[in-house]
Amino acid sequence: MPRRKGAPEVNAGSMADIAFLLLIFFLVTTTIETDAGLDRMLPPFEPPNEEPPIIKQKNIFTVSINRNGQLLVEDQLMEIEDLREAATKFLENGADGSCDYCKGRKDPASSDNPVKAIISLKNDRETKYSTYITVQNELVGAYNDLRNREAQRLYGRDFTEMEADYLNPETPSNVRDDLKDKVKRIQEMFPQKLSEAETSTN
Amino acid sequence: MAKFTKKKEGDLPAVSTASLPDIVFMLLFFFMTVTTMKDSSLMVANTLPNASEIKKLEKKDRVIYIYVGTPTQEYQKVFGTEPKIQLNDKFANVDEVGSFILAERAKKPQELQNVLTTALKVDKEANMGLITDIKQELRKVNALKVNYTTYEGNAFNNLQ
Repeated sequence: MPRRKGAPEVNAGSMADIAFLLLIFFLVTTTIETDAGLDRMLPPFEPPNEEPPIIKQKNIFTVSINRNGQLLVEDQLMEIEDLREAATKFLENGADGSCDYCKGRKDPASSDNPVKAIISLKNDRETKYSTYITVQNELVGAYNDLRNREAQRLYGRDFTEMEADYLNPETPSNVRDDLKDKVKRIQEMFPQKLSEAETSTN
Repeated sequence: MAKFTKKKEGDLPAVSTASLPDIVFMLLFFFMTVTTMKDSSLMVANTLPNASEIKKLEKKDRVIYIYVGTPTQEYQKVFGTEPKIQLNDKFANVDEVGSFILAERAKKPQELQNVLTTALKVDKEANMGLITDIKQELRKVNALKVNYTTYEGNAFNNLQ
């Protein structure tokens, strides 16, 4: 009787098939997506009996959206396309002259300086969400335009790009430390003060 | 001579497929690592609006999702066609949002509990009334960091 050989070799020919099957399963179930959107901070909840701080009317830029998606900006009807420009003008008006980087017209009836300037957004309960997002987008865009301009002047880079790098966890930490001060400085030049008032019912 | 008969011209040599499993395995591992399984299926229509000034939501473990939209076809008989809130995998009322956020927050590790973001995935056809109510609830439980999740695109496309 011939001596038996070692363990017989396993046929690996079907390995590819099995791997393909798994591959196709993961291909189908994969959703490679990173969510993105508009970041906002809500105001802290405070008891209603607290006295709101007094703010000069000229430092508030009021934007109201009605149920038909029409805009009332500083008591005047406005198209959404013009909102970004109007908000930019308001933010960098610099009426009291303390803001040396502003390029506004120094109109005494408009905001004192970017630190004091507040944008107040009001909406109706029946405003469509998409309209609201468009308005939010334009207002955030106005801030970003101004911040980008200053960042270009000071550091030769766009602010939005710097901020994205700063927030990205894959950026090396020494780069991030360097960016931190720059991002902070620009943010302090044009602090985002976007208040969302309670909704009106009619 | 018979011993050295040449192969016929034009007969291609067979391509070795021995490395095929390796290639496929490589792809397989790639997809296995990048896959994120969906933890809840959507029960509401969820066409997000477009925006251009967006920021990426990094670090998925710090995000709590709230979906809003009209119920999909199969749920419309029971829940109607008005926009509803979906928390995890069930419909909820506005007053349940607060406790949902608190419960989700308690599930996260201690060091992340203060840096959580609430991602609002709202259908573009929804009305602001519901969103305002949700925002009020979020303020009550001190979940102040929100992200209106959108697609990247021209914001003016929303108006059509």
